Parts: sequence; C-alpha cells; structure tokens
Amino acid sequence: MSTLTLSHLSPMLPDLFLAVAGMVLLVAGVLRGNESTDFIGRATIFCLAIAAALLIGMEWSRAEILNGMFLLDPFAGFMKLLVIGGLIASVALSMQYLHQDYIVRFEYPVLVLFSGIGMMLMVSAHDMLALYVGLELQSLALYVLAAIRRDHIKSAEAGMKYFVLGAISSGILLFGISLLYGYTGTTNFALLADTLSANMSLGVIIGLVFVLAGIAFKISAVPFHMWTPDVYEGAPTSVTAFFAIVPKVAALALLIRLLFEPFSALQDQWHQIIWFISLASMALGAFSGLVQNNIKRLLAYSSIGNMGYALIGVAAAGEMGITAVVVYLTIYMVMTAGVFGVVLCMRRDGQAVEKIDDLSGLSQNSPALAYALAILMFSLSGIPPLAGFFGKFIIFQAAVESGLYVLAVLGVLTSVVAANYYLRVIKVMFFDDPADKFDSEIAFSRKLIIGFSIFVTLVFILNPSSLVEKSRAAASALFNDSHYVAAESNTDAS
Amino acid sequence: MELMEIGLSHYLSLAAMLFTLGVFGIFLNRKNVIIILMCIELMLLAVNVNFVAFSAFLGDLTGQVFSLFILTVAAAEAAIGLAILVVFFRNKGSIAVEDISSMKG
Repeated sequence: MSTLTLSHLSPMLPDLFLAVAGMVLLVAGVLRGNESTDFIGRATIFCLAIAAALLIGMEWSRAEILNGMFLLDPFAGFMKLLVIGGLIASVALSMQYLHQDYIVRFEYPVLVLFSGIGMMLMVSAHDMLALYVGLELQSLALYVLAAIRRDHIKSAEAGMKYFVLGAISSGILLFGISLLYGYTGTTNFALLADTLSANMSLGVIIGLVFVLAGIAFKISAVPFHMWTPDVYEGAPTSVTAFFAIVPKVAALALLIRLLFEPFSALQDQWHQIIWFISLASMALGAFSGLVQNNIKRLLAYSSIGNMGYALIGVAAAGEMGITAVVVYLTIYMVMTAGVFGVVLCMRRDGQAVEKIDDLSGLSQNSPALAYALAILMFSLSGIPPLAGFFGKFIIFQAAVESGLYVLAVLGVLTSVVAANYYLRVIKVMFFDDPADKFDSEIAFSRKLIIGFSIFVTLVFILNPSSLVEKSRAAASALFNDSHYVAAESNTDAS
Repeated sequence: MELMEIGLSHYLSLAAMLFTLGVFGIFLNRKNVIIILMCIELMLLAVNVNFVAFSAFLGDLTGQVFSLFILTVAAAEAAIGLAILVVFFRNKGSIAVEDISSMKG
C-alpha cells in the first residue's frame, strides 16, 4: 500500500474543511451557549460558502483516493455544489424561524452542517462502506433535527417516526450490501462493476433489490414514502424546508452513482424496479395531494411526485436521462426553497399557521407574498415559460427519446392532476375572502432567498443552455469508460 | 449418526431468520416502542452475522471491518433513538405504539 500523504487527500478538501469547521463550531456553541446561535448560524453559512469556493476552485477530473473509498468527478462535484447551495439556503431560511418558535439552539446549524457533510460523503462514496457511513451521518443528524422542538408533541412524533422508518431502511440497505459482498467478494464500486459484468447470481439480484429499497426510503419514493407526510407535517417548518430542499438531491445522486457504476451490468433488472417506483410515486403524489388541507403535507406529496418525475430520467438511463435529472433537481431545489420561504412567513399573532385556508385572500393582505407564491406554484405545476415547465419538458424529452412512452404519457397526465392542487392554492389566495393578516416582519435573508428563487424561476427560460451544458458535463462523467482504467491502476497500487 | 458440519448456508439461514424476525417484530408489535428499538438492533445484528460469515468464507477481511462499523453506528443510532423516545415520553406520557398517531392522512 502506498504511503498516505496529505496531498493525497486534496480531492476531499471541502469535506474535510467542513468536518473540522463543524467540530469547531460545536465547541464554540458549547462554550458560549444558546445566545451564540445567531453567530453560529452565520458562521455556518460562511464556512459553507468557503467550502463551495474551495470546490469550485478544484479540478473535477476523476480522482479516487483512500483506496477507492472516495471519489471526485464532475458528477460528484456538481451534486456537491447543489448540496452546499441547498444547505446555505436552509440555514439562511431557518434563523428567523428559530427565534419565532423558541427553538434557539446552537446545535441547529451545527446539525445541519453535519448532515450536509454526510450528504457530501454520500455523493462522493465509491465503496459500500463509505456509502453507509455517509448515509448514517446524514440520517442521524436528520433524526435529531426532526425532533428538535422538544416541547412539541408533533415534532417528537415526527422524530420518532422518521427514526424508526429510517433505521429499518438502513437495516434493509445493509442486508442488501451484505449479500452483494458475499456474492462478489468486494464492496468497492469499480470492482463490483467488474465482477457483476462477468457473472451475476440470484443472490446479487436479491442484494440489488434490498439496496434499492433502502435508498428508495431516503428519496421517499413509493412504496417507501409513508414517513414523508407525517415527518414534513410534524417537524418544525424550517426543518421541513431543509428536508425538502437538500437530502433528496444527495440520495438521488447516490442512487444514480450506484445504478450506473456498480450496477451498470444489471440494467435489465433495475430498470423494471425504477420504472415501477417512478410511476407509483408520480401517481400517489398527484392523487393524494388532492385531499390535503395542510400546506406542509401538500408539499410532502408534491415532493413524492417530483421524485417520481426525476426517476423517469433515471429510468431513461443514458447521458440524456441523467442530464435531465440533474437539471430537474436543480430547478426543483430552487423552487422549493422559494415556496418554503413563503410558507415560513405564514404566521398570525406570533403563531405559525399551516392550513391552506389560512392563505385565503392573501393577495389583498400582502400582495407581494401572494404573487411570489403564485409564480412558484405555476412553476411547480409546469406552466410555461417558467423554470418548472422546462424541468418537466427536458425529463419527458429524455423519456421519449429512450422509448419510455408509457412513462412519458402517464407523467404528463399525473402532472395535470397535480396541477389541480397547485392551482387550488392560487385560487384560495386570489379569489377567497380575506382572512386575518399575517405578521409582517420578514427577515432580509428570507426575502433574499424568495427573491432569488422567483428570479431564477422567471428568467431561466432566457438562458437554459448554460445549466443544461453544466449538467451534461456532470452526467457524461458517469458514461465514459476511463474509470475502469483508474480502478485497475488503483488495485495495482493496493 | 454422522455429525452435520456447520457451513455458510447455515449462518446465512440464521441471519435471514433473525432479520425477518426483526422486520416482523417492528410491524406486528402494537405495544411498546422499546420493542421496536430491540427489533432494529436485531436486524443490524443479523446483517453482522451475514458479514462475518461471508468474510470467513471468502477469507477477506472487508466484511469484518464492515461489521465493526455497523456495531459503532448501531450504538449511536440506539442512543439517538432512546433520546427521541425520552422527548416523546415527556410530551405524551406514554410510549405505546398506538399513541404515536396524532398525524394521519
């Protein structure tokens, strides 16, 4: 084994930086107590911005380090950048909310940061062990975040449900990994790909199914979605925003990495599974959303449906499909950040309200909020020329080009059904009798994020090609064969 | 009677049975959340049996290293699970599974 020097670790510099920063911030918080929450929140955003700058400044050419455990390539680099952007947005959205709902705890931004490090490890994982450790680092922090409002029964219940179902999904994932290990003799992604392309047995396929089931839990795809509505409703709204914006991007990136690297030889097998969960997620997201009264629950079903659309791109396979997924996820993240920015503003007499009826007549009480939410809802339902339309368009285009006509047609139909509940929100805001006014104080950071989200949603159509080109560069990293060479040289070194 | 040798398949069957017991224990149990935590632990231990059996069978250490990681993470997971359970008990005054139901739909 070659000796380890510090320069070998350079591809994981942003991750290492955030890990050290997280521990320093934790110690600072312990020493200075909960009064330092605002400072820690700002410091977290600052550290995340530095990590993003480090990541942008790095060369993203394919590099495997730590004996093939950790990988940086254009796909991992781009997804990590998305994750960091989502983390910054979530912390910025949360800070005012923490004061309003009396959960001013310095652990909050630190936990967000730690779960973010877990997500970055998931995106960069190139070995089942790294995958597992990254996934658990993320999940353990998320369980605590869901239950962070300790005096509130719904928050505790959300934490409990999320913990139990998350732990089951980890168990299922691990059982699958153990079978894969037993039947191939390795946990490294590159070696798994080589072994699986040579021979595959029934045990490997059972292992694949277990692993996919475990990850489907994390991206809340049907039939493993049952935790999503309850956790979204029960968790404090700022945590719900975080759950909706970031973890799914990381989990989907991990799923794509698994399917197109170690499991690329098993495409016939996993294709049917992805096809089914994509269709089921779209259908359930569309139809269950119709009967919801709680806006957080509605957005939970919306996110289930949106994961279904993203999975169409995965099922389409190929560079085109993955490009579409990356574009779709980017647009979805930006829109969700804006929507939750508005939902966080739904407060009356110092109390958070979350019924859809509470929005009635918003266009008369606070027109700016109403128009902001209306634009985002139009975009989520896929009305041109907003960004959401383009995301759906590129996904369906990829599906049609790879011959998935059934998925494409059903996808369009379910998005019409889903448009019903997005438009209902707009109808309530603009045509119902006004309810009492919302509290008017809105933090600058929240305005900034809502503004950014609206801006991107509106002007995206003017220059879609820049994002598409970046996404294509990221996606193509999964489809060139150079990594087999890298894997061989790596095994020689060990 | 000739003694039967214990081979890989026996370990795998044991692990599969423990895992199934764990999963069923979670979904059939209607009484107590602590039992759910025990079932989760059972699932993870079944996976460990799998890993160690495969590791010994293959003559490869990766599986045993993996099982050490699982043990460590399982300890952290149990700590967090119990902490959340304490928070829940303080709010609700009960840890019965049927009481975890204030949200539905």
